[in-house]
Amino acid sequence: MRDSISIVFAGSGGAGAITAGSAFLQAAARAGYYGLMTKLSGAQVRGGEAAALVEIGVAPLDAQPDRYDVLIALDWDNVGKFAPELPMDAASIVLADPAAGKPAEAIVATGARMVDFPLSKLAADVKGRGNMVALGAAAALAGFDASAVEQSIRALIGAKGEAAIVSSLVAIAAGAAAARGIESDIALKPGHPGRRWFGSGNEAIGLGALRGGVRFVAAYPITPATEITEWLAPRMKAVGGRAMLAEDEIAAINMAVGASFGGAPSLTVTSGPGLSLKVETIGLAISAEIPLVIVDVMRVGPSTGIPTKSDQGDLDLALYGTHGDAPRIVLAPMSIADCALTTERAVHLAEALQTPVFVLSDQSLGQTQTIIDEPTERAEPMARVMASDRTGADFRRYQPTPDNVSPMPAPGAEGRQWVAEGLSHDEFGHPSNAARFHVAGLNKRRDKLEAFDYGDIWGEVSGEGDTVVIAFGSSVGPVKEAARRLRDSGVAIRVVGLRLLAPIPKKQIAAAIAGARRVIVVEQNHTGQLYRHLLGAKALPQEAESLARPGPAPFRPGEIAAHIV
Amino acid sequence: MDLSAHETTACSRPDLTLKDFKSGVEPIWCAGCGDFGVLQSLQRALAANGRPPHEVALVSGIGCSSRLPAYTSAYGFHGVHGRALPVATGLKLARPELEVVVVGGDGDGYSIGGNHFMHACRRNVNLTYIVMDNRVYGMTKGQPSPTTEPDWDSDIAPGGVGVSPFSPVAIALAAGANFVARGFALDVKPLAEILVAAMKHPGFSFVEVLSPCITFRPEQMEWKKAIERNALRPTSDRKAAMAAVLGANEMMSGIIFAGDRPAYAETLPTAEGLAEIENEFILDPAA
Repeated sequence: MRDSISIVFAGSGGAGAITAGSAFLQAAARAGYYGLMTKLSGAQVRGGEAAALVEIGVAPLDAQPDRYDVLIALDWDNVGKFAPELPMDAASIVLADPAAGKPAEAIVATGARMVDFPLSKLAADVKGRGNMVALGAAAALAGFDASAVEQSIRALIGAKGEAAIVSSLVAIAAGAAAARGIESDIALKPGHPGRRWFGSGNEAIGLGALRGGVRFVAAYPITPATEITEWLAPRMKAVGGRAMLAEDEIAAINMAVGASFGGAPSLTVTSGPGLSLKVETIGLAISAEIPLVIVDVMRVGPSTGIPTKSDQGDLDLALYGTHGDAPRIVLAPMSIADCALTTERAVHLAEALQTPVFVLSDQSLGQTQTIIDEPTERAEPMARVMASDRTGADFRRYQPTPDNVSPMPAPGAEGRQWVAEGLSHDEFGHPSNAARFHVAGLNKRRDKLEAFDYGDIWGEVSGEGDTVVIAFGSSVGPVKEAARRLRDSGVAIRVVGLRLLAPIPKKQIAAAIAGARRVIVVEQNHTGQLYRHLLGAKALPQEAESLARPGPAPFRPGEIAAHIV
Repeated sequence: MDLSAHETTACSRPDLTLKDFKSGVEPIWCAGCGDFGVLQSLQRALAANGRPPHEVALVSGIGCSSRLPAYTSAYGFHGVHGRALPVATGLKLARPELEVVVVGGDGDGYSIGGNHFMHACRRNVNLTYIVMDNRVYGMTKGQPSPTTEPDWDSDIAPGGVGVSPFSPVAIALAAGANFVARGFALDVKPLAEILVAAMKHPGFSFVEVLSPCITFRPEQMEWKKAIERNALRPTSDRKAAMAAVLGANEMMSGIIFAGDRPAYAETLPTAEGLAEIENEFILDPAA
């Protein structure tokens, strides 16, 4: 009996591979398991080949698997193209329909055991669809309870009516019966049915935004971030807010800044190319001290890069993008569950400290669907200081205060009219070229971020040992899984997941790596952006090492474990 | 908390005067700049409009004329070059009860911000957009803009750019603006009347103001004589308005078009709460 298994459903467009994967994942949740699903698709806008990569386990999963146990090919049209992303070996099984022609050579070359599985005939015999037969086979191999599969089908296609449900269930049963004859060792240990949370990182960011109080979002369509805006659009209405489709990326961030000036917690959503366009306005929001959350769902860059694949190469831009000295807060969620909490905290920090706050997610977190325990942890609310007891000539928008945060009345507050200003300005907000006002402004904006107590937002330490691995964002999951395996084989590893990337939590990092013999910074980009950032700030010892490897290939725990030992 | 939590009750104050909208900040404009006339017209119009200074927001980008918000007692936003319209759009959508006026120049609005101009007309949010057009980039000391004559000589384009200017009012009409007018900066009272009409009109109101640049285009001081006052008469027929301005004398002032397109998203949605949204994520075999 296994703790976790991994199954791929693949086929040409319209064959239903993704539907089968989604149903399998949801059935797993109902059978008491946890899971992850990533989708692969061809370059075509619509109708190309597709694959659903599903991993199921008795405990929550942190990373994609090193290899896949089963591939069910609905047909072989172009499925071979996915081979580099579907590592398999002699212990893997490929269920191939003899009627679908010769299996892809690249798949055969993995050494996986090829099993004839007459999908199309089984489907035709019961007048059902091949993808439902595949689902039945996978569920049988994993040892799922039939009622869990039925529940998931009813939830997924219930709207199509009872006839469609029955047709699917018959095909599922046929697939399950046929799969019982296949020799395999992938049956899972029993699950523990209970309440589960099902969603993607992109949806979790949307949820975190709503929980944090965002009531205005503006964005321009961009892969892989658009799902956040699409998820938020109807729900923003439901909470009494607004979502705007802007004419371009620059308009989107300026709309968000305008709404925020009006008093509404505001957010803009983008990916790398869009962030490149937004950086001028980020400088404005920093200078004028306007609260704003910028979500960047990173993809492979530079330029258009690979829009559908994950990478952590926007870190430099998030940390430093815009001219002049412009400190900001940069947060990175470490898991899909953390996407909700980190975004909620980002909203609170932006509001409380009157500054742009980045949420650096990536395609991998954003578009992976997961089954986890409900992310119920909530952040302590922090709000914008809007009230001021001063009016008229006494009111100074940028009045010095002990925490360097000044009252920011919204339009409508009588006697406190002020002008948000991108020019260097004095305490009233009036434009000024004077060095003393300029330097005072730089100091104020730096100090309000540096002096703030971020509490446990800074990051997390797990495990013990004198080898320390530091990671951020979607790299934390595979690092944790690698550490778990190394611990099982007797190698002690400490993992530091960094959530607060700017300002650098130097004290917390120092405490977290105390006593380390070896420090390795793991990140998914080409030049070691986090490593340079931390080393430049002397937050790491000089002898710290960098494991920087760019996308598009996902980090696999085995790769990281092999590097460490 | 939904957006309506910030809402103030819009009040009308007949006692307001131009002085209520003056700030203590000294303009950086050259003596004789047309923008002084626009500032005075706007302050006069704001007083006549009856909304007190704290219920008014002036939004601008970058350029000589974009400095205007600091010279007015009202909430203001002096943003980045060319992006005043999206800032104002976000502000107005978050706070529909505010009087939001956007000001700027021809370079800011027609060149770097050209895309936003087109889409603001199309979107028809209830804003008033005043462009002080002097057909030159003044702050950077004299470069031709999208409304500069093709043969106007400058250091950056000796002998002229050789490209014809476009017609902002025609673009505004084609893109869907609900109110289009042209005024002259030195005609303070008539311009103030146009601005009041623009603020009162629902949807996106565009007012092109010919505003002479005394420093880089001193010949524009002759506009005083060339202006054909009230040569343009308001119509609600967009085609007729277009016919009246396309290829016509650009020194004609007056209201060109007052349409009846409903303004975009005038009222805020009602909040229902988060609980149902949280539940969308839950898979519960016991349920």
